[in-house]
Amino acid sequence: MGKIVAGVGTSHVPSIGVAYDTNQQLTPEWKPLFDGYIPAKEWLKEKGVTHAIVIYNDHGTDFFFDKYPTFAMGAADEYPIGDESFGVRDLPSVKGDTDFSFHLANELVLKHEFDLTICQEMLMDHGLLAPYPLLFDHEPDWSVKTVPFNVNVLQHPLPTPRRLWKLGQAMRQSVESYPEDVRVAILGTGGLSHQLHGTRFGHMNEAWDKEFLDRIEDDPESLLDIPHDVWMERGGAEAVEMMMWLTMRGALTPEVTKIHRNYYLPMLTGMGLTVLEDAA
Amino acid sequence: MSKETGHSDHIPGTHVFTGQRSKRGLKLNRFAFSLNQASNREAYLQDAEAYMDNCGLSSWEKEKVLARDYKSLVEEGGGSIYMLLKLGSVTGEGLASLGAQQRGETKEEFMQTRNVALKENE
Ligand SMILES: [Fe+2]
Repeated sequence: MGKIVAGVGTSHVPSIGVAYDTNQQLTPEWKPLFDGYIPAKEWLKEKGVTHAIVIYNDHGTDFFFDKYPTFAMGAADEYPIGDESFGVRDLPSVKGDTDFSFHLANELVLKHEFDLTICQEMLMDHGLLAPYPLLFDHEPDWSVKTVPFNVNVLQHPLPTPRRLWKLGQAMRQSVESYPEDVRVAILGTGGLSHQLHGTRFGHMNEAWDKEFLDRIEDDPESLLDIPHDVWMERGGAEAVEMMMWLTMRGALTPEVTKIHRNYYLPMLTGMGLTVLEDAA
Repeated sequence: MSKETGHSDHIPGTHVFTGQRSKRGLKLNRFAFSLNQASNREAYLQDAEAYMDNCGLSSWEKEKVLARDYKSLVEEGGGSIYMLLKLGSVTGEGLASLGAQQRGETKEEFMQTRNVALKENE
């Protein structure tokens, strides 16, 4: 039977990808970020993760506002790397598992009443790719099969935090009803504090980021009724995407074991990482 | 809530990207989105004006794009910052440059307010 063996919350800042591709892992500017991922990657390997469900958002790589799905899930064996206008990153295409995706689709739509857009073709965006090589091996190919799960956090109205939490709960049941012995990591991506537009560009909030990291571990349900405006006031307008971590957290047990945490606040965005598993 | 923007816009310096703003910026954002294709980036670099005409941009939009006035494009034009960022592939500007312009600062002034300077796509 399927099992969720890890929950990971991670930022997906695009400059992480640039730094990775230009081998800046050991520079003083980047070492505090990359070092934080080393124990996380090791631990995920030890847990024998076979599949990852990644809750993320596209940033205009494949999806455009002419038709904009609230929830869009990939169901394919392969997902090419997208060109975000700066060329295609030199990474192997992300590998999927069509059967597992369709199992999740059937469960989520029919049993849990999440009306998804199912994507048989999907280009991968930095929302997934920025942290991915820091968490999973990709040479010569990715060590896990991926289910990309795209959430609209760009064009309001957005799904509520409570809805994203319930999605995580439904995701857990859907994984557990899969007949094969898949070992699943669920990733919630995005944030932490940042604002990329207006005269408030550059807004960051270290205190809120750290409070969020505490609450996502110990008291996630206290985050479920925070309105979008309050997420935006505290963390910056673009930081509303932090809500996507709640799907990851909703898929774990009420109490969790804390494996690892990292936080770094360099230039424009609070960069957070948290690794959790079900309480024993 | 304003009918025009779909939001109360009570957060200072913030223009929440609502459906209403997205509708206003549809052509502008589609133009920026089209730069995901290398052939379109080349076409833009060959003749920016003609390329923008093909995308159906208004003269106001064309003027603001050429002037690199991201502030106006976001605040008045319905521009999505995630789409406008793609213009960096043809102008050579990174996110911090777009941000400084929106704040009414030079990039150097803006960078002085930061903890650490990171390299970006530019
Ligand atoms: Fe994002």
